Amino acid sequence: MLVLSRKVGESIMIGDHIEVKILAVDGDQIKLGINAPKSVKVHRSEVYETIKQQNKEAIPTSLDALKNFKK
Amino acid sequence: MQIQTKFLGEVEVQENEIFTFEAGLPGFEEHKKYALLPLDADLPVALLQSFDEEEVGFVVAYPFAFKPDYAFDLSDEDKADLQIEKPEDVLTYSIMTLNEPFARSTINLLAPVVLNVTKKLGKQVVLADQEAYPVRFSIDVFEGSAK
Repeated sequence: MLVLSRKVGESIMIGDHIEVKILAVDGDQIKLGINAPKSVKVHRSEVYETIKQQNKEAIPTSLDALKNFKK
Repeated sequence: MQIQTKFLGEVEVQENEIFTFEAGLPGFEEHKKYALLPLDADLPVALLQSFDEEEVGFVVAYPFAFKPDYAFDLSDEDKADLQIEKPEDVLTYSIMTLNEPFARSTINLLAPVVLNVTKKLGKQVVLADQEAYPVRFSIDVFEGSAK
Protein backbone atom coordinates (compact mmCIF):
# COMPACT_ATOMS: atom_id res chain seq x y z
CA MET A 1 0.00 0.00 0.00
CA LEU A 2 1.26 3.42 -0.92
CA VAL A 3 1.27 5.73 2.09
CA LEU A 4 1.33 9.50 1.67
CA SER A 5 1.17 12.29 4.23
CA ARG A 6 -1.02 15.26 3.38
CA LYS A 7 -2.09 18.43 5.13
CA VAL A 8 -5.55 19.97 5.12
CA GLY A 9 -6.16 21.61 1.77
CA GLU A 10 -3.69 19.35 -0.01
CA SER A 11 -4.75 16.63 -2.40
CA ILE A 12 -3.57 13.62 -4.34
CA MET A 13 -4.28 12.61 -7.92
CA ILE A 14 -5.20 9.05 -8.88
CA GLY A 15 -4.58 8.77 -12.59
CA ASP A 16 -5.30 11.90 -14.59
CA HIS A 17 -8.91 12.39 -13.61
CA ILE A 18 -9.43 11.55 -9.94
CA GLU A 19 -8.52 14.04 -7.24
CA VAL A 20 -8.86 13.32 -3.53
CA LYS A 21 -8.56 16.37 -1.31
CA ILE A 22 -8.29 16.57 2.46
CA LEU A 23 -10.95 19.12 3.40
CA ALA A 24 -10.87 18.95 7.19
CA VAL A 25 -9.53 16.92 10.08
CA ASP A 26 -11.43 16.81 13.36
CA GLY A 27 -10.08 14.29 15.89
CA ASP A 28 -10.35 10.86 14.22
CA GLN A 29 -12.69 12.13 11.51
CA ILE A 30 -11.30 13.14 8.15
CA LYS A 31 -13.43 14.89 5.57
CA LEU A 32 -12.45 14.04 2.01
CA GLY A 33 -13.46 15.79 -1.17
CA ILE A 34 -13.42 13.64 -4.29
CA ASN A 35 -13.39 14.96 -7.82
CA ALA A 36 -13.91 12.13 -10.26
CA PRO A 37 -15.59 11.58 -13.63
CA LYS A 38 -19.24 10.55 -13.41
CA SER A 39 -18.37 7.08 -14.66
CA VAL A 40 -16.30 6.40 -11.54
CA LYS A 41 -18.37 5.18 -8.62
CA VAL A 42 -17.35 6.28 -5.17
CA HIS A 43 -18.76 4.46 -2.14
CA ARG A 44 -17.89 4.02 1.46
CA SER A 45 -16.41 0.51 1.45
CA GLU A 46 -18.94 -0.72 4.04
CA VAL A 47 -21.70 -0.32 1.45
CA TYR A 48 -20.61 -3.25 -0.68
CA GLU A 49 -20.27 -5.44 2.43
CA THR A 50 -23.76 -4.44 3.55
CA ILE A 51 -25.23 -5.42 0.18
CA LYS A 52 -23.38 -8.74 0.23
CA GLN A 53 -24.74 -9.46 3.70
CA GLN A 54 -28.27 -8.45 2.73
CA ASN A 55 -28.21 -10.68 -0.35
CA LYS A 56 -27.29 -13.63 1.86
CA GLU A 57 -30.08 -12.84 4.30
CA ALA A 58 -32.51 -12.45 1.41
CA ILE A 59 -32.22 -16.07 0.23
CA PRO A 60 -35.60 -17.29 1.46
CA THR A 61 -36.03 -20.65 3.13
CA SER A 62 -39.73 -20.77 2.29
CA LEU A 63 -42.36 -18.78 0.48
CA ASP A 64 -44.90 -19.09 3.29
CA ALA A 65 -44.87 -15.34 3.85
CA LEU A 66 -46.19 -14.86 0.32
CA LYS A 67 -48.82 -17.57 0.65
CA ASN A 68 -50.07 -16.24 3.95
CA PHE A 69 -50.44 -12.81 2.44
CA LYS A 70 -52.89 -14.08 -0.13
CA LYS A 71 -56.47 -13.93 0.98
CA MET B 1 -33.87 -26.77 -21.06
CA GLN B 2 -34.86 -27.84 -17.57
CA ILE B 3 -33.61 -26.08 -14.49
CA GLN B 4 -34.00 -27.05 -10.85
CA THR B 5 -35.57 -24.26 -8.83
CA LYS B 6 -35.75 -23.66 -5.15
CA PHE B 7 -39.50 -23.37 -4.85
CA LEU B 8 -41.04 -24.30 -8.18
CA GLY B 9 -39.50 -27.70 -8.76
CA GLU B 10 -38.19 -28.38 -12.25
CA VAL B 11 -39.00 -25.62 -14.71
CA GLU B 12 -38.62 -25.51 -18.47
CA VAL B 13 -36.68 -22.42 -19.53
CA GLN B 14 -35.72 -21.33 -23.04
CA GLU B 15 -32.06 -20.59 -23.52
CA ASN B 16 -32.89 -17.05 -24.69
CA GLU B 17 -34.62 -16.41 -21.35
CA ILE B 18 -31.44 -16.83 -19.32
CA PHE B 19 -29.89 -13.62 -17.99
CA THR B 20 -26.12 -13.39 -17.66
CA PHE B 21 -24.73 -11.48 -14.68
CA GLU B 22 -21.09 -11.06 -15.69
CA ALA B 23 -20.08 -10.13 -12.14
CA GLY B 24 -22.56 -12.40 -10.38
CA LEU B 25 -24.34 -10.80 -7.43
CA PRO B 26 -22.47 -9.47 -4.36
CA GLY B 27 -21.91 -12.49 -2.11
CA PHE B 28 -22.76 -14.87 -4.98
CA GLU B 29 -20.06 -13.97 -7.48
CA GLU B 30 -19.69 -17.54 -8.74
CA HIS B 31 -23.25 -17.75 -10.08
CA LYS B 32 -23.63 -15.83 -13.31
CA LYS B 33 -26.72 -17.28 -15.02
CA TYR B 34 -30.22 -16.61 -13.75
CA ALA B 35 -33.76 -17.13 -14.92
CA LEU B 36 -36.58 -14.77 -13.98
CA LEU B 37 -39.61 -16.91 -13.17
CA PRO B 38 -43.16 -15.86 -12.35
CA LEU B 39 -44.09 -16.56 -8.77
CA ASP B 40 -47.48 -15.22 -7.84
CA ALA B 41 -49.92 -13.52 -10.16
CA ASP B 42 -51.41 -11.49 -7.31
CA LEU B 43 -48.17 -9.92 -6.12
CA PRO B 44 -45.55 -7.83 -7.96
CA VAL B 45 -42.83 -10.39 -7.25
CA ALA B 46 -40.81 -12.94 -9.20
CA LEU B 47 -38.15 -15.55 -8.53
CA LEU B 48 -34.61 -14.82 -9.70
CA GLN B 49 -33.30 -18.36 -9.83
CA SER B 50 -29.68 -19.33 -10.34
CA PHE B 51 -29.34 -21.59 -13.34
CA ASP B 52 -26.60 -23.76 -11.86
CA GLU B 53 -27.39 -23.75 -8.14
CA GLU B 54 -30.85 -24.75 -7.00
CA GLU B 55 -30.37 -23.23 -3.53
CA VAL B 56 -29.64 -19.76 -4.90
CA GLY B 57 -33.00 -18.21 -5.61
CA PHE B 58 -34.05 -14.68 -4.72
CA VAL B 59 -37.53 -13.27 -4.43
CA VAL B 60 -37.43 -10.02 -6.36
CA ALA B 61 -40.08 -7.33 -6.30
CA TYR B 62 -41.14 -4.65 -8.71
CA PRO B 63 -39.92 -1.70 -6.63
CA PHE B 64 -42.28 0.91 -8.06
CA ALA B 65 -45.22 -0.99 -6.59
CA PHE B 66 -43.88 -0.31 -3.10
CA LYS B 67 -42.11 3.00 -3.68
CA PRO B 68 -43.95 4.81 -6.48
CA ASP B 69 -41.47 7.71 -6.61
CA TYR B 70 -38.43 5.43 -6.84
CA ALA B 71 -36.09 6.78 -9.50
CA PHE B 72 -32.41 6.67 -10.26
CA ASP B 73 -29.91 7.37 -13.00
CA LEU B 74 -27.76 4.54 -14.28
CA SER B 75 -24.08 5.42 -14.43
CA ASP B 76 -22.29 5.30 -17.77
CA GLU B 77 -20.36 2.31 -16.46
CA ASP B 78 -23.55 0.40 -15.61
CA LYS B 79 -25.10 1.29 -18.96
CA ALA B 80 -21.99 0.03 -20.76
CA ASP B 81 -21.83 -3.18 -18.69
CA LEU B 82 -25.47 -3.88 -19.46
CA GLN B 83 -25.17 -2.72 -23.10
CA ILE B 84 -28.25 -0.56 -22.65
CA GLU B 85 -29.20 1.39 -25.74
CA LYS B 86 -32.76 2.50 -25.10
CA PRO B 87 -35.06 2.87 -22.08
CA GLU B 88 -37.20 -0.08 -23.20
CA ASP B 89 -34.21 -2.40 -22.67
CA VAL B 90 -34.37 -1.86 -18.94
CA LEU B 91 -36.31 -3.77 -16.32
CA THR B 92 -35.68 -3.09 -12.65
CA TYR B 93 -36.27 -5.37 -9.67
CA SER B 94 -35.36 -5.17 -6.01
CA ILE B 95 -34.22 -8.15 -3.99
CA MET B 96 -36.80 -8.85 -1.31
CA THR B 97 -36.08 -10.20 2.14
CA LEU B 98 -39.23 -12.06 3.16
CA ASN B 99 -40.48 -11.77 6.72
CA GLU B 100 -43.58 -12.94 8.54
CA PRO B 101 -46.02 -11.35 8.21
CA PHE B 102 -45.41 -10.40 4.59
CA ALA B 103 -45.95 -6.68 5.32
CA ARG B 104 -42.77 -6.76 7.43
CA SER B 105 -40.68 -7.81 4.44
CA THR B 106 -38.08 -5.43 3.09
CA ILE B 107 -36.71 -4.63 -0.35
CA ASN B 108 -33.24 -3.43 -1.23
CA LEU B 109 -33.66 -0.06 -2.90
CA LEU B 110 -29.97 0.87 -2.68
CA ALA B 111 -28.82 -1.96 -4.92
CA PRO B 112 -31.48 -2.71 -7.55
CA VAL B 113 -31.16 -5.62 -9.96
CA VAL B 114 -31.16 -4.04 -13.41
CA LEU B 115 -31.90 -6.27 -16.38
CA ASN B 116 -31.40 -5.63 -20.06
CA VAL B 117 -34.33 -7.59 -21.45
CA THR B 118 -33.08 -7.22 -25.02
CA LYS B 119 -29.51 -8.41 -24.49
CA LYS B 120 -30.41 -10.66 -21.52
CA LEU B 121 -27.81 -9.14 -19.24
CA GLY B 122 -28.15 -8.35 -15.56
CA LYS B 123 -26.30 -6.48 -12.85
CA GLN B 124 -26.97 -5.55 -9.26
CA VAL B 125 -26.00 -1.89 -9.32
CA VAL B 126 -25.17 0.22 -6.29
CA LEU B 127 -26.80 3.63 -6.32
CA ALA B 128 -24.97 6.74 -5.22
CA ASP B 129 -27.92 8.09 -3.25
CA GLN B 130 -27.40 6.28 0.02
CA GLU B 131 -29.63 8.52 2.07
CA ALA B 132 -32.88 8.23 0.12
CA TYR B 133 -32.78 4.53 -0.68
CA PRO B 134 -32.04 2.05 2.11
CA VAL B 135 -30.83 -1.53 1.81
CA ARG B 136 -33.82 -2.56 3.95
CA PHE B 137 -36.83 -0.54 2.84
CA SER B 138 -39.87 -1.74 4.72
CA ILE B 139 -42.74 -2.50 2.34
CA ASP B 140 -45.12 -1.88 5.22
CA VAL B 141 -44.86 1.82 4.55
CA PHE B 142 -45.65 1.52 0.89
CA GLU B 143 -47.53 4.46 -0.50
CA GLY B 144 -49.17 2.76 -3.44
CA SER B 145 -51.04 -0.45 -3.86
CA ALA B 146 -49.14 -3.71 -3.83
CA LYS B 147 -51.41 -5.07 -6.48
